[in-house]
Amino acid sequence: MFAYIVRRLLYAIPILIGVNVLTFALFFVVNTPDDMARMQLGARRVTPEAIEKWKREHGYDRPLLWNAEAGGLGRVTDTVFYDKSVRLFVFDFGNADDGRSIGHEIRSRMWASLAIAVPVFLVGLALYVTFALVLVFFRASYLDFWGVVACVTMMSISSLFYIIGGQYLVSKLLALVPISGFAAGADAWKFIVLPVAIGVIGSIGSATRWYRTIFLDEILKDYVRTARAKGLSERVVLFRHVLKNGMIPILTGVVVAIPSLFLGSLVAESFFGIPGLGSYTIEAINAQDFGVVRSMVFLGSVLYIAGLIATDISYTLVDPRVRFG
Amino acid sequence: MLVPLWTDVLVWLLVLCVLGYAFYARGREHLAAPWRRVLTSPAAMSSTVLLLAFLVVGLLDSVHYRPVLDGRQADGKPVLAVEVVSVLDRLAHDLRTRTEKTYSAPFATHGYQKETVDRADGKVERIFPRLRHGGAHLQDPDHAPWDIAVRLGAGVLLGLAAWLVAAAILASFVAWRGARSFRSTWDAIWQGRTVACWRAALWALGAVLVLAGVCLATAPWYHVLGTDKVGQDVLYQSLKSIRTALVIGTVTTLVTMPLGVLLGIAAGYFKGWVDDVISYVYTTINSIPSVLLIAAAVLMMQVYLETRPDLFPTTAERADLRLLFLCIILGFTSWTGLARLLRGEALKLRELEFIQAAQAFGVSHTRTILRHILPNTMHIVLIALVMEFSALVLAEAVLSYIGVGVDPTMISFGTMINTARLEMGREPMVWWSLASAFGFMIVLVLAANLFADAVRDAFDPRNAMGAHPTAGAA
Repeated sequence: MFAYIVRRLLYAIPILIGVNVLTFALFFVVNTPDDMARMQLGARRVTPEAIEKWKREHGYDRPLLWNAEAGGLGRVTDTVFYDKSVRLFVFDFGNADDGRSIGHEIRSRMWASLAIAVPVFLVGLALYVTFALVLVFFRASYLDFWGVVACVTMMSISSLFYIIGGQYLVSKLLALVPISGFAAGADAWKFIVLPVAIGVIGSIGSATRWYRTIFLDEILKDYVRTARAKGLSERVVLFRHVLKNGMIPILTGVVVAIPSLFLGSLVAESFFGIPGLGSYTIEAINAQDFGVVRSMVFLGSVLYIAGLIATDISYTLVDPRVRFG
Repeated sequence: MLVPLWTDVLVWLLVLCVLGYAFYARGREHLAAPWRRVLTSPAAMSSTVLLLAFLVVGLLDSVHYRPVLDGRQADGKPVLAVEVVSVLDRLAHDLRTRTEKTYSAPFATHGYQKETVDRADGKVERIFPRLRHGGAHLQDPDHAPWDIAVRLGAGVLLGLAAWLVAAAILASFVAWRGARSFRSTWDAIWQGRTVACWRAALWALGAVLVLAGVCLATAPWYHVLGTDKVGQDVLYQSLKSIRTALVIGTVTTLVTMPLGVLLGIAAGYFKGWVDDVISYVYTTINSIPSVLLIAAAVLMMQVYLETRPDLFPTTAERADLRLLFLCIILGFTSWTGLARLLRGEALKLRELEFIQAAQAFGVSHTRTILRHILPNTMHIVLIALVMEFSALVLAEAVLSYIGVGVDPTMISFGTMINTARLEMGREPMVWWSLASAFGFMIVLVLAANLFADAVRDAFDPRNAMGAHPTAGAA
């Protein structure tokens, strides 16, 4: 098991290098630092001195990949690539444009993000799987048909609608919870309930339909027929046999959901004024703070790969046929 | 003078491709049969009609030109306007130019906010002002409800008349194709006994025509969906948004399809190091959360466009170029799903006997892929592309909200929602901009989803074998 985990971790390294090279190319090869400086300084007719000053302040005044003037190791390390990209590997994110440390911001903001993302994830998963099993239990009936119709309709509605509509209904009309904001400690639940509920409702349609398809595939298999033939009730067949055997596709689907969790919180956090990573990213995008965006891209892919590895390990827990190969 | 924008050219190219495919598939039973199966589904037929209605609006909005200014000549040549407009802009000229000062409710005759007005006797007064255009033809605005009701009724009648004509034309066409009498075909359509589900199509067409009739009858005199903060007609904005959504949903596939098909099939067919490299590339791209990758790429594109103003002579062309780049970026981040599907399929196909036979005969790799692998994976490509459309339309709204979507000057559902997102919190509330944007979007995406489901059901080989035993013979 240990060797397996180490091998999976080693496999992640080339992917992270790939992510790094890709973002580097995107941020520094498509546009030169001069272009970025001109954009940041606003006007088209900025002086060359102003551009040089901006580049010096932000550490872009060095060569991109190879510094021929420096001696020894400095040829590689005294470059933009080393300073801005390689350092991400040790989670040294540098400073944002406002001078604050990006790493510190991430550490202090991640708890607010987790307070939303984790409940959305857990509550959502339980709810979607239950709904899907109910639809499968009543398959080929009116309940199933209208359930699928409801799913398709709900997935056709923009996530922005759920947020705006939910805020209007719950916060403004019913005045149950505050419209936006965040508080630490015991009062946090007031601010968390609505974003979590909306996050869960927002993907009910697509998720329920996805799990329903998985269980319907499973229910046609031979072991289900055997279970029924030996006289087990449909409820036991579904919840004991089909659910357990559906775990592998469910887990695969969970990994697919991790990036969209990130996307969901990105928009929801800024609507609800939650000081998490999502609103941090949006602020950085609007302020065109390239350092922060670059750090978030890297962090996002690290999280995704970690989720991927966790899924592979959990496969072995739910399915004894999967060995550490 | 015609000014073809980049996305116009690509949209019309896609239309030509679809027409060419339809012509090609007509004579080939194995391609035409699944499409006939699509036509038997009521949901698919009604959503097709809705999608066609959207498509007509989008295509009208995809012919751009610079109008000639009246009565002015320079060196014997007519002077062209600076502004680039589309045929839709020309048809909806009144909607576009009749702007109010600020918010006004649907079918309103008075403004939504009180204004301070100087009266003739020198006194200052706070009143709801009359609108410049909404209900301006009325002497007495108190008659507005009556006037609106009459016009609405006329619009419904107009729509119904157009619908009856369309239904009669359709029935005679079906009768002519089946060599039957008009009367029996008409009955067959309404009893749902025709092979293609024309009844559902006619119901949807009826809804579209009645709504169009209502708009035609009232829009010249009122703001049917109200006006927004700067006084622009919301109906006009909604109509303009359709093109943006369609372009994003379709032009993106021009990037997704070649990349996904080429790389996916190559990885599965050649295996070995080709597979390793391609799998590595798509795993890497996949591991970056797509919003962040798109955001980063769009930020860089903004810098690129900002520093090169010589690429686009007008603002319309600048917005268009940005839309095109957005499509390309979306395509580059979304080809991985298709490539993974096709890789799996090609891995499976290459072990089958007919491929081995081709290889044993010494057929070249290129030819094997083109003749044998590609045709056998086309249904996957088709299903993936149709399914992706609605996801792209929804993504545009989110991206525009984050600020990495279309150009702020370009009207789209995303920009409409973005500018209106604080209006629900106003007192009194302004709901019509959001309601229109979401309403149009839901209809478009729902129709696309239903259509995609029908296409998937019809093209999925599992269904073709099991669920519809008669389908092959039909």
